[in-house]
Amino acid sequence: MSRLHEWLEDGLLITDGAWGTQLQARGLAPGAAPDTWNLAHPERVEAVARAYVEAGSQVILTNTFRANAVAMEGGLEAINRAGVEISKRAAAGQSLVFASIGPTGKMLMAGEISHAQASAAFAAQAAALAMAGADALLVETMSDIEEARLAVAAARTTGLPVIVSFAFDSGKNKDRTMMGATPEAVAAAMVEAGADAVGANCGVGVEYVAPICRRLRAACGLPVWIKPNAGLPKMEGTAIRYDTSAEFFASHYAALREAGASFLGGCCGSTPDFIRALVTARCASS
Amino acid sequence: MPDLDKLPEAVIEGDWKVAAAVTQAAIAAGVTPLAIVTKYLVPAMDEVGRRFECEEYFVPEMLLSARAMKASMEIVRPLLVATGAEPVGRVVIGTVKGDLHDIGKNLVASMLEGGGFEVIDLGADVAPQRFIEAAATRHANLVALSALLTVTMPSMKTTIDAFETAGLREKVRIMVGGAPVTQQYAEAIGADGFGESATAAVALARKLVAA
Repeated sequence: MSRLHEWLEDGLLITDGAWGTQLQARGLAPGAAPDTWNLAHPERVEAVARAYVEAGSQVILTNTFRANAVAMEGGLEAINRAGVEISKRAAAGQSLVFASIGPTGKMLMAGEISHAQASAAFAAQAAALAMAGADALLVETMSDIEEARLAVAAARTTGLPVIVSFAFDSGKNKDRTMMGATPEAVAAAMVEAGADAVGANCGVGVEYVAPICRRLRAACGLPVWIKPNAGLPKMEGTAIRYDTSAEFFASHYAALREAGASFLGGCCGSTPDFIRALVTARCASS
Repeated sequence: MPDLDKLPEAVIEGDWKVAAAVTQAAIAAGVTPLAIVTKYLVPAMDEVGRRFECEEYFVPEMLLSARAMKASMEIVRPLLVATGAEPVGRVVIGTVKGDLHDIGKNLVASMLEGGGFEVIDLGADVAPQRFIEAAATRHANLVALSALLTVTMPSMKTTIDAFETAGLREKVRIMVGGAPVTQQYAEAIGADGFGESATAAVALARKLVAA
C-alpha cells in the first residue's frame, strides 16, 4: 500500500486553512512575499502552523508557495528548508507536513519562460523541500496542465507522494481553470503524469466545489484534495474580508465527503476556526 | 490585391505568421494603415472577445489571437505614427507593487493595443511612484492596475491614493482588474472602473476615455 493510502486508511483527512491572510494578521505587509518570513520571522510563521495543528489539522502545509526560482529570487534553498522545518516543529509528529509548490506565475505557451526553466525551478524547490523532511509534496493552484506536468515530474523525482491541485475559477459554472481546462482533462493528464492524488483549491468558494470534486474522482479514481476559498474577498474600510463564515464552510462537509474528497481544508480567507468547524462537522456526521 | 479577409481570420485563429504576411501585402497594395486597424483588426479582436464571453475561447486562445494581432500592429504602428494619427487613448498599465503576476496584465495590454490604444507597459511589481511618473511624462489619460493575489490588492488602493497625494488624480481615469478584484472593491478604493475580463477591460477603457 502506498504511503498516501496508508494515511487515508481511517478516512478523510482534515488539512489546514490559509497562511497568507494569517501572516498578514501577524504583521506581514500587504504585497510582501510571505515566504521570506521563514527566515525573517520564523516564530510568527510557526504560530500560524501551530494554530492549525491545535485546531485539528491532520495535514499542514508549508509557507513555501512562491519559493521557486521563477517567482522569487534569493536564498530559496534556505527559505524552502526553513519552511519545512517550521511546519515540522509545529506539527510535532501530530500532523503530516505536505510541502507547498505554487505556480511560476509565467506562461509557458506565451514563451515567457522555457520548459527547461520551469522544470529546473520546480526540481530545485522539490529537492530542497524533500531534503528538509516533508512527508509529501503538494503542487497547488495550477491553471496550466503543461506547467503542472513539469512540476509533478520534478516532484516525483524525490520519491515522495505527489498531490497536484488546480484552481477552477473560470467559465460560467466556474468549473474550468483560467486556461480552460476541465476537471476531466486535468484528471487524465495528471494520472498520466504520475500524480498520487489530484484536487481543486482556491477558486471562487466552497459552494462550487462538490461537482468538481465528483468529476475529478469519477475521471481518475485517485484520492481527491479539496481546499476552496472562503468566498471572494470584499472590502470593509481598508481591510479585506471574506464573506464565507466557518459554519457555512463546514456545512459543506458531508456533501464534499460524499463527492469523494479525501483531503479537506480551506484556501484564501479561511482561518483555524474553519478547521475547528470542519472537525466538529466530522464528529457530527460519524 | 491580397485577400484581406484572411487578416481577421488569422487573428481569430491565432496565426501570427499569416497575420503579418497579409498585413505586409495589404500595405504594399496601398491599403491605409488606419483601414487595416479599424476595418480588420478591431472587428477581429471583437470577435475574439465574443468567443471568450461565450466560453469558446479561454486564455490560451486569447493569447494566440493577441499575438497575431500584435504581429500585424508592429507593421502598421510606425506607419500610423508617421501619418500623425492619434491613438484612441494612452494607457499606463502594470501589476501593482508586491505582485509578480503579469499573465492577466499582459493579456489586457495586448487587447488594449488591438483596440487602438497606445500602451505603456510598466511590467509587474510596479511601485505607485512609477505609475505616477509614467502617467505624467507620457501624458497618459488612463491608468490600468492589475493584481492577482488577495494579499496585493491593497497596493491598488495605495497607488490610487498616491495619485491623489501627487495632485494627479483628476488628470487620469484609473481602472482595476485581476482575479480577486470585484466591482465592489473597485468602488471601495475609488477606482473609476473595473474590468471583469480582458475584453471587458477594453470596452471599459473606451468608455472611460470617451467620458
